[in-house]
Amino acid sequence: MNSNALLNTGIFALFVVATLFIVIRASRNTRTAADYLAAGRAFTGPQNGIAIAGDYLSAASFLGIAGAIAVYGYDGFLYSIGFLVAWLVALLLVAELLRNTGKYTMGDVLSFRMRQRPVRAAAATSTMAVSFFYLLAQMAGAGGLVALLLGIDGKLGQALVIAVVGALMIAYVLIGGMKGTTWVQIIKAVLLIVGAGVMTVWVLAKYGLNLSSLLGSAVENAPKAGEKLLGPGLQYGASGTTKLDFLSLALALVLGTAGLPHILMRFYTVPTAKEARRSVVWAIWLIGLFYLFTLVLGYGAAALVGPEKILGAPGKANSAAPLLAEALGGPLLLGLIAAVAFATILAVVAGLTITASASFAHDIYANIIKKGQVEDKDAEVRVARRTAIVIGVVSILGGIAANGQNIAFLVALAFAVAASANLPTILYSLFWKRFNTSGALWSIYGGLVVTITLIVLSPAVSGKPSSMFPNADFDLFPLSNPGIVSIPVAFLLGYLGTVLSKERDDAKYAEMEVRALTGVGAEKAVSH
Amino acid sequence: MSTTQNAADGAAPTGATPDWGAAQAGPDFVELRRRLRNFVFPMAGLFLAWYLLYAVLADYAHEFMSRKLVGNINVGLVFGLLQFVSTFLITTLYVRHANKNLDPRAEAIRERLEGTQQ
Repeated sequence: MNSNALLNTGIFALFVVATLFIVIRASRNTRTAADYLAAGRAFTGPQNGIAIAGDYLSAASFLGIAGAIAVYGYDGFLYSIGFLVAWLVALLLVAELLRNTGKYTMGDVLSFRMRQRPVRAAAATSTMAVSFFYLLAQMAGAGGLVALLLGIDGKLGQALVIAVVGALMIAYVLIGGMKGTTWVQIIKAVLLIVGAGVMTVWVLAKYGLNLSSLLGSAVENAPKAGEKLLGPGLQYGASGTTKLDFLSLALALVLGTAGLPHILMRFYTVPTAKEARRSVVWAIWLIGLFYLFTLVLGYGAAALVGPEKILGAPGKANSAAPLLAEALGGPLLLGLIAAVAFATILAVVAGLTITASASFAHDIYANIIKKGQVEDKDAEVRVARRTAIVIGVVSILGGIAANGQNIAFLVALAFAVAASANLPTILYSLFWKRFNTSGALWSIYGGLVVTITLIVLSPAVSGKPSSMFPNADFDLFPLSNPGIVSIPVAFLLGYLGTVLSKERDDAKYAEMEVRALTGVGAEKAVSH
Repeated sequence: MSTTQNAADGAAPTGATPDWGAAQAGPDFVELRRRLRNFVFPMAGLFLAWYLLYAVLADYAHEFMSRKLVGNINVGLVFGLLQFVSTFLITTLYVRHANKNLDPRAEAIRERLEGTQQ
């Protein structure tokens, strides 16, 4: 595919120039912290919904799921169902109440009726932990993608490309803030969904718009898996442990989404709770549609390219979608899809960076160090910009170090931490009157520590040939996905921490509940 | 949703912050909370149970899920697609419920409380 490298690079460069232009234009009105960190709360529900789809449909969703379906068949489809159903948690329980009670970050909501400093510190810690794991996954994915699409096989060349991706991402975030980043998400989401849609129709047209004959052809071209490609169990059905592992993953997927800080922060970019609801509705339809596309694309790649050829390509399973594009439309379509995949990584990375830097600037700098008394109006934005540079540099270095690691594993790790440390705390905080500071600290730090400890002790890190450290052997916990243990434990810790402490502030809960449900005094859109 | 019960519902004198405790105890707020919780809690339980049933079947009932229905379309595929349908359906139902039963109530309370807040 080396001959196409120039074409791929050209199309990608076009995307970068176009989006940078839009980011610079969009950022002209960025003055205050609400402008920089929450895009002036001026996006409409549909715009934000498209941007949420852009933030959520990462390279792991596009390349990862299509590849998993092409190689493991039905088991790949299970991911997309968990990723989609998860949005109902956000829609029914979190989005609107969060929008009404916070300003910029998850910490705003969690600390609303608690002692500010310890809870904000905890919220910032878990925000940064989730963002960091997610960032590493995206950056590591960029390296693998480069190998596939630009024919850069050397580690040094890949490291250089990771650095370029990181530098671009820093530029987007510094110049554009939340508004610029949101526009990048919108453009990327439209490109990604339209691109996947065109390929889906194309594949189906080849089989007379008959899904059944597409599936039949996929089975014929996958001699190793055969009929098993259409049923569950190919990837996770091997033993009792792998089955339990799958259940654990399913739990983390469905409960993790509503605890992802970069998704939560998107609800602050719209003017009202009603718009936050509309944005989730748009996101659900777009994300659902996209996952239906990946089902066709995955089986299409199995039918038209074949699992053996996919696994033999440089990016292994991740190369299924690009190889399908090449089989359908030749080098031009491959170039377009490759550019879209790059844009995907770039946009998700920018969204994560602004989230982590906002959490540092708002929770740690403005509210913990300055105790909520920032005299200089620009200081919060200045700190956020500096933090973005630091996070950018750290994630470039981390991405270079993690290059070659399993992307899906790193993303699952981020979901597990979000489901264990963040979601229980958010739900308790919104719905449980008795919940208090000690409960919040127990569930955040407890969830974080249990999840990370179980992962370190899991076969994903040591003891197996596919582990991070195949030669070491400290896999005391049998599952690669900790969710089935860590999520209930975090809920339990939140409960215990609460009832073991005497602190209780019914008046503050009255204020929070009335604000959350009615939107009294909620942050309004900035008018310029 | 009468607005004549100001004192009981937490409307404080102009310029002061609202009396949150009274607002929370007011009958219209209690009704709003009841309508929200009576919808979202059972619905959340329902979709989580439905999703977990699917996950457990996909995990442990391979033969059942691999049974063919029409051509190469098997039970598992239909079951999976039904998860999409139920997600879209619950989304639509919630939006209708919120527009009809939640938003007007929330708006009335907000206007009353913010009127006192300026």
